[in-house]
Order: sequence, then structure tokens, then C-alpha cells
Amino acid sequence: MSSKARIATVSLAGCFGCHMSILDIDQRILQLADLVEFDRSPINDYKDFQGRCAVGIVEGGCCNEENVHVLERFRRQCDVLVSLGDCAINGGIPAMRNNIPLRECLEDAYLKSPGVYNPAGTVPNDPELPLLLNRLYPCHEVVRIDHFIPGCPPPADAIWDALVGLLTGKPVAPVYNRLKYD
Amino acid sequence: MPTSETIRKHTILPLTRVEGHGKVTIHRNGDGEVEQARLHIVEFRGFERFILGRPYWEVPVIVQRLCGICPVSHHLAAAKAMDRIVGGERLTPTAEKIRRLMHHGQMFQSHALHFFHLASPDFLFGTDGTAASAFSAPVEQRNVLAVAARHPDLAVQGVMMRRYGQEIIRATAGKKIHGTGAIPGGVNKNLSLSERDALLRDAGRMLAWARGALAIARDFTMDHLVELTPFGSFDSNHLSLVRGADGALDLYDGVLRAVDKDGNRLVDDVDYQRYLEVVGEEVRPWSYMKFPFLKKLGPEQGWYRVGPLARLNTCSFIDTPEAEAARRTFLSLTKGRPNNVTMCYHWARMIELLHSIESIRVLLEDPDLQGEDLVVTGPRREETVGVIEAPRGTLFHHYRVNRNDEVTLCNLIVSTTHNNEPMNRAVTRVAKDHLRGGDGIPEGLLNHIEVAIRAYDPCLSCATHAVGGMPLIVELHDADGVVVDRRVRGGG
Repeated sequence: MSSKARIATVSLAGCFGCHMSILDIDQRILQLADLVEFDRSPINDYKDFQGRCAVGIVEGGCCNEENVHVLERFRRQCDVLVSLGDCAINGGIPAMRNNIPLRECLEDAYLKSPGVYNPAGTVPNDPELPLLLNRLYPCHEVVRIDHFIPGCPPPADAIWDALVGLLTGKPVAPVYNRLKYD
Repeated sequence: MPTSETIRKHTILPLTRVEGHGKVTIHRNGDGEVEQARLHIVEFRGFERFILGRPYWEVPVIVQRLCGICPVSHHLAAAKAMDRIVGGERLTPTAEKIRRLMHHGQMFQSHALHFFHLASPDFLFGTDGTAASAFSAPVEQRNVLAVAARHPDLAVQGVMMRRYGQEIIRATAGKKIHGTGAIPGGVNKNLSLSERDALLRDAGRMLAWARGALAIARDFTMDHLVELTPFGSFDSNHLSLVRGADGALDLYDGVLRAVDKDGNRLVDDVDYQRYLEVVGEEVRPWSYMKFPFLKKLGPEQGWYRVGPLARLNTCSFIDTPEAEAARRTFLSLTKGRPNNVTMCYHWARMIELLHSIESIRVLLEDPDLQGEDLVVTGPRREETVGVIEAPRGTLFHHYRVNRNDEVTLCNLIVSTTHNNEPMNRAVTRVAKDHLRGGDGIPEGLLNHIEVAIRAYDPCLSCATHAVGGMPLIVELHDADGVVVDRRVRGGG
């Protein structure tokens, strides 16, 4: 295993937009490959952590029990854990379901929606389907998070600056005009 | 600690190099033969419920958060729906062309992302030059950074093509991801001359690279035709929008057309406001993703495919010259009849990539993009359907809005959902063809299954309207249902 710093990334209850924003660093991703080694991430085929990681980047909050387990594993395997984007930081748009009983969401989608063909009248309930949590939990309510990069999604330049800062140990000054909310 | 509701727990971890998360289970009988293979979608987000009560003008901005990979599709489908709510569906030329440019920008970036960043390792790294061994390349080679190390020019092209599409989205929507450009009845900005000139400057290079990408996809398919033709393949129906006037490929608007495996019309250019007469959605207990079907054929026979392959099978022609020439070459393979080869999705996708950059060049030269008449409104409506051809296929948004501007009904059928039954069949076919003998899962099978799923470029993030991470697990059950082997792709 090389001596480069290792990075792992994961999308929990997110839309992959934050991962797309990571890719929006464009050609710098090839530069990044010189600085770091990618451990498990949706962009490669590693099935599990290959080793201890310097930095773990988490997109999305926790909506089901598996998200919690994966997040806990990231905390154990990574020296520094970063919440990337509004869903990881505060639940984001998926947290809009927090005020609605879960059962109601399921019945609306699988029993009442127009065009639905459901002679059995049941919502999906197979044992293969994982346990949904009663509400969306932001990552820092589940494990300790070291750094937060806000935005929906955070701009690529903010992600790049934060990564370079973490890898070089230099503090990063927030850039005010990158903080946009819509 | 979080509490939980009723559904039994199962270990899940991420499926890789597709957008979103998936899980596969395989059941074998006492003789070791595959009896059943299923792709499960195990997430649920509830967008259709929590959008209720929100004001209609928020919808194009909220629903795109279903998916960060093709947010423009949801943004535009919702905006098209809300155009009708405000009576503004006859857009000004500036508004319609800005939206079309935005949509082609996203088609270009999404197709480039899928081909170069996600799928190309499966094509580029063979151990003995055959398609089957290509899919079994060592795990550390199967990512875009390994492509960059071995084929640096190609990796740079992929990165820069994606960037070009993203820059078009930023120029038309304000942001590369989750923009705000389309509003009910129009758009909120035009394209400035300096933005236009910056985009025109790179357009020629993008066209050249798109031709190159198409050549790679075509040559790979033709060179491995014998292995690829049966790989995860089956006959099916196909559905897409086509342009109402002449049946041309149209990604932004049109009428619904479906054909069967031989090209006979099943749905003959129907107005999509009547989509509920055309498609139904079956619920099965083992997946959060529904199973759409054509109502005239019923749930057993009525399933169909969408996306690039389906679009080339349904459309009468393509209105840009190079993509049309490529379509003719593509169709010559099947003597003009629909192409039902699953792995031909990649080739079809690259024909569309070329069509998008050709269309972008035409649009950028159009002075209407600098027009200042951006929004129209008319008589108010209460119910509306917006449909668009997203990179992965036909996307339906259906809403009702009350007099207080609140959304009172929302039904979404996203592209990947249409491909639910086809992806399950592809998984089954690959499992049956490649999983033989012994108790274990042979080396390479896992990636073979993913290659078949990946052909559809599924966006499982969209598909569930869902929350959370659902990765790919392949489980092997014996005749008694006991797990005899288990491979997990992607995580913890």
C-alpha cells in the first residue's frame, strides 16, 4: 500500500449531488490522484475499507439503520470525518418528511398514487428491505463530525480548498460569496 | 439512538459505478440452477407526500433534490408541469431555447459521466481481449483514475466533456447542480453574449471528442458482437417521447410513442396529459421501486424499456446530420428493426451525446437566446402533467395545485423505474448464463451482474424517491433458502 493519504467517500441519504460537486473539481481530480489514494467510494469497485483513512467524506444524513451502521464504520476507520453538504449537516430536503408519519408517506406512494396497480393492497414489506428510521438524522447526531462544508451542493472550489487544507494541515478561510442558499 | 419502524433489518452497502444504490439476490434450486434473481430497491424517501402543501413555484427547485446527477431533468419536468398551472405552456422562443440548451447541456454531461467515469473501465481493461474477460478486470483497475493512468488523453476528454455540459447548465440555470433557471411560464435569465462566446469557443473540440467517444462505443460493440449480443439481452417493448409533428428524436418535448420488439406501434403518438390511460405501475412487496406497464397489454406483457436504446428504437429520425448518420449505421445492425441488445445501450447513448453537441452548436448561434421576453402566463389550471426525456429515459411529473397555490397531489414516474423489469430480466439472464456449478459465486460474476445493470445507466437515487444508501449485495441461497455465499460490493 502506498504512503499517500487515503480518502473514503460515501453517499447516505443524499442525492449524489455532493459527489457530483466533487467531480466538478474537473481536471484537478487527476491532480488529486497524485496526492491521495482513494479507498472505498462510489466511483471505484472496492467492497470494503482497504485500510485506515486520513479523511472520510460523508454525503447525506441517516434515513435507515444501514446508514447508521455505515456512518459508524466511517467514524471508526477515518481519522477525520467531514459532513459534506446540507443533508449530512441538517438532513436537507429529505428531512421534510420528519413532520409526517412514515406510514402516511408509504401509503401515499404505494396505495393512493394515481395509476397504481396493487391488488394485494400492501406497501413493500419484504425482509430484504431495510429498516427505515422514524425520521432523518443529521450525521453529527449519530457520530462525532470534525468538519462541515455547507451548501446544496457545496461548490467544487470549497470542496477542493477544504481537501487541500486537510491534507496539508493548513487552516482554510471560509469564502463568504461561496455560501449560497436557494 | 434513532428508533425504527417495522421492517426487518438487512445489511446493505453501496453498489458502485452506478448512480445510487442497489442490491441483488439470487436463488438456486437443489441442482444448483438459478431459479430467481432480483434487483431490489430498498430505499424510500417520500417526496410525493412531503411536497404536498408546498407552494407550486417551489416545486421545480425542491424536486430536483431527488437526484444530483440529472437534477435538470426534474427541474425541467416540474417547470413544464407548472407552466400549465400558470397557463404559460406556450413559452416564448427565448425561454424554450434556453431550456433546450440547458437540457442538452445536461444530456452531454450525464452521458459523458456515465461513459467515461463509470462504464469505461469495463470496456478498456480486458485481460485477453474478450468482452467477458474485460468485465472481470482486477478490482483496482475498475475506476476512472486507473483509466487516467493508462489512457490519460481519454480521461481528460471525459472530464472536460462533463465540465462543458456543466458550464452550459451554470450559464442557463445559475448553478452547475440544483440550479434555479426554469420558473413557471419561462426562465429567469437569458444567455449573455460573453457566456455564449465562451461556450462557442470550446464547441468544436467537444464535437470532435464526441465523435471519438461514439467510435469507441461502436467499435467495442462490433468487435465483441458475439459475446455482447446475448449478454443480459431479451426482446422487449420500447417507449419514449418523439416530436409530435414528424416523429423525430426530441428530448425536451413531444408525444408518447411505444413499439414492440418488431417495431409495431403499441402507443401511437399520444398526448402525455393522458399518460394515466397509457401506463400503470405495479407494486411488488420486495422492492420500493414500482413496475410500470402499458395498460393495453397488462402487467405481465406490458413492460417496456426506456432510455437511449428505446429512443433510437421509437424515433423516426434524428434532426442533426451526424447523429442521424450514426443512427442509420446503428439500425443497419438489426436491418432497421428495433435493437433489443442490452449492451447496445452504450452505443445508443454515445449517438445521443453526438446529437446533443450538434444541437448545442445550433442553439448557441441562435439570437433568440439573447431575447428579453422570458415569461408568459395565461388562464390558470388545477391539474398538470410534465414529461421530458431525461438522460436515462422518460420522466413523468403529475401535480394538482389548489387556489391557495398549494400542491395537493404529486405523482412521479422516473426514468429508472420504467427499466425496473428490464433490469431484473438482465440480472436474471446474466446469473443464469454465467453462474454455473459449485456453491460459491465465481470470480467476476459480481461485476458481470453490475455490467448488465450499468448498461441501463440506472439512477437508483431517483428511482426510489428515496432516502439513504442502498448498495449492491449478491446473495446466493440454496434450495432451503439458506445463504450459502454472499458478496458485497462497495462498503463497510
